[in-house]
Amino acid sequence: METYADLIECEDVLLFANAAITSTGQREFHSAAGQQRLSLGFLHRYIHGNYPDLYAATLALDINDHNAAIVIATLLAHPGQGDGRLIARRLARMSPPRVYRLFQRLRHDGVNNRRTRALVREWLAGRPDLAFDAVKYRAGVKSAVRHVHLRLPGELGDFLFAPFSRARYETPVLEAWRRAHYDKAALYELPYTVAEGFAARHGISRMVFLERIAPKLTRLERLRLAESASKDGLDTEADLAAMPLVRLASYVLALPIHTRTRRRAELMGALRAAAARVAGARAGTWGNVAAVLDDSFSSFGSPVKRRRPLAVALACHYLLEALAGSYRGLWLSGRTDPLQTRPSGPTPLGHRVLDALEARPGMLVIVSDGWDNAPPGLAGEVLRVWRRKLDPGGDVGIVHVNPVYDADQFDVRRLSPMVPTAGIRDAEDLPALVELARFAEGRTGLAELRAYLADRAAQLEAR
Amino acid sequence: MIDLTGLDTRPAQTWGAMRLVPLVRREPIEDLRLHAKVYGDEPSVVFLPDKTVYTSYVPHAFVASWTGDGTPAAAYGTQLGQPLRHMCIRTRRRMARRVDTNRLRFLPLHLAVEGFLALHFGGPVIAWEEWSRHAIAHGLSARAEDAYTGAEVRGLDDALKVFEIYPGQCGLLLYAGDTLASAFVVPHPEDYRALHPTLIRDLYGELVYEYALFYPARDFPAVIDETTVSSLADLRAQALLREREWADFHGSVMAARLLQAPAHVEEVYRLGRFTLSRFLPAFERKSENHIGETIIDGDGRLAYLKTFRLSEAQSRRGHLLSKLAEHGWSLPETAAALGTDAAALGMRLKGAGFGHLLRQDVLDGYRKAVNGNRRTRRGGGTSPPA
Repeated sequence: METYADLIECEDVLLFANAAITSTGQREFHSAAGQQRLSLGFLHRYIHGNYPDLYAATLALDINDHNAAIVIATLLAHPGQGDGRLIARRLARMSPPRVYRLFQRLRHDGVNNRRTRALVREWLAGRPDLAFDAVKYRAGVKSAVRHVHLRLPGELGDFLFAPFSRARYETPVLEAWRRAHYDKAALYELPYTVAEGFAARHGISRMVFLERIAPKLTRLERLRLAESASKDGLDTEADLAAMPLVRLASYVLALPIHTRTRRRAELMGALRAAAARVAGARAGTWGNVAAVLDDSFSSFGSPVKRRRPLAVALACHYLLEALAGSYRGLWLSGRTDPLQTRPSGPTPLGHRVLDALEARPGMLVIVSDGWDNAPPGLAGEVLRVWRRKLDPGGDVGIVHVNPVYDADQFDVRRLSPMVPTAGIRDAEDLPALVELARFAEGRTGLAELRAYLADRAAQLEAR
Repeated sequence: MIDLTGLDTRPAQTWGAMRLVPLVRREPIEDLRLHAKVYGDEPSVVFLPDKTVYTSYVPHAFVASWTGDGTPAAAYGTQLGQPLRHMCIRTRRRMARRVDTNRLRFLPLHLAVEGFLALHFGGPVIAWEEWSRHAIAHGLSARAEDAYTGAEVRGLDDALKVFEIYPGQCGLLLYAGDTLASAFVVPHPEDYRALHPTLIRDLYGELVYEYALFYPARDFPAVIDETTVSSLADLRAQALLREREWADFHGSVMAARLLQAPAHVEEVYRLGRFTLSRFLPAFERKSENHIGETIIDGDGRLAYLKTFRLSEAQSRRGHLLSKLAEHGWSLPETAAALGTDAAALGMRLKGAGFGHLLRQDVLDGYRKAVNGNRRTRRGGGTSPPA
């Protein structure tokens, strides 16, 4: 028996999940960074205060790292809350700089209970090469070690706290760091971000530096430097197809239009390959799918999240193409070539939704920030009348995924109450989000939601 | 008569108290373009390969070095072709009045509005004895009107930032608190794209500034009656109808006062097939009064439009001046037309800020007469204690 309180709880948790998937506390097209942070901070405190157990369980969902870090910090500050193993699992999935930043935040907040110390120690012990971390994330490692009163063995302790007390180090990377202070050749053994500083100090030209540091670049650094290096005639050998799908889409959208035309086959191939990898065994199983993809001016995002909503839309386009049996993607601007897409023009969602429904697809996915303005509210009306009058049985499954958190509404913007809306961050999550959207439709209740969260946690455990 | 034919109204976008209504041109006007070198030193002549006429206009808002000796000068109202009429800017005075150099651009806008009003109200045409020597010699020149820059209008910067420009958009109607604040139309979408951010530097009347502090403007969300829909085609027809309804509503209600015939239109300049005119409202009190400029091409198409909404006080002043002009600047005749006497009209002129135009002794006489009248009305009381 569902009670009213259950429904509210279910709704609140989904609200929070949407916010925690989409918002990163950065500036968006329609709201400033301050608004986003304030709004998100309220949601965290509200959910944590009212449903502490569900709050902890959201770590199992695909919430973004920014929010995962806030959740973990909150849980650690309240002893006895949250599952230690789940936290450790989530930490292992986060990028090291973000984890070090989280530890610094714990130190700043004065959270230093036994569980926190154990967690940090365990995480540090699990690092494959702590010496490398000590060079690359020096301040972070130092702060974490201090905070949990860890006594590091031998050289590493000296390196962090009295680096020039030793004449030489046994560990190669530490020794390279020491020599790089005066030896130009040694800096090429260091990680790129550290070597860059030494190169500047030694006055090494950018081209020579990039050429020689190339083997040390990480996957993302290769991608990031590919364009600027290619101006100097260097190839960083970035493996486009191996990149995460949305990251790759962002890269493509950052290229000038004529470059996209020139490298058309290569970019298209990489996007298709990345999408096929994400789709995996589900490829081609979704039947007849249509998508309405938002490339209006607001999909530019903001200067700090450049073209992020558009990149998500582009990634969804290729992912849906891989997942579907037959697929049709409709861009709002009317462009037909996804590679030439750019943020411009208004958001006539209503008319495009009609175009998409014309062919009666098995499923319609709308990727949009939900600011429907040409004319306002038309998309919601079209969807309502469609559901009420033309398709009461729900033959066409409609899902709206929204990559932008609306700070004023404490949720992602909805198009219509008749259509479930889910926040999206990475296109990889799309299959899971379509599942999550079922809960938002109100057809399934709190018990199922709890079961779903437990199931996700178990999956995470197994991964 | 302002005719927006050829410009399609698209659904409005709202932000805060602002409502922005885009106007889209199906065929852009190609041969009238913004002057390519507004800030340049030397006159630029553009030869087009297809030998069509190329006409440029100089919006009244720009400062450029048109004078021979390179001192900055501002266009005296909007002009077609090479800028001919301009007024020099007295640099010393400007420096004293302006805090930072970036605000230089605001100055010609002030000049434009002031000069603009002066163009219409030259001052007394007959040297009636009431008018001061200053009024006869200089007219109403150097009249100052207050206005706010767009940057001071609350929420306008955000509204312009989040506004999604339509493909082919050539104009924008700006509403604050759902009253028309300003209309802006250019010949070509590229011009619009270039000038969209400059709306923030434009001048807006006091009314607009105050209305921008009001409640947020509401969207008019589309509502479809589901009983009329039985197929997807019906639904599409309904969707198109909703869009058209908005355009009709906008044209007949929201922008109605602007589109009604302006009371006075002055043809200023004619170049090729383009005509530049300025217009004045009827100065009706308690209603919308817009002053502005238009450029109309040979077919009667609106190529350029820029309006400025007068505040209540400005309308009142305009009303007084237009009545005076109508009656040959004769005070007794005007007073009779307004249903009052010359003394009361004199005091109204003083109250409206035109006291310096009347001879001091005449004004003193009026004041005495009005005060005397009032005292007798109140039962003959003595003068108030000092």
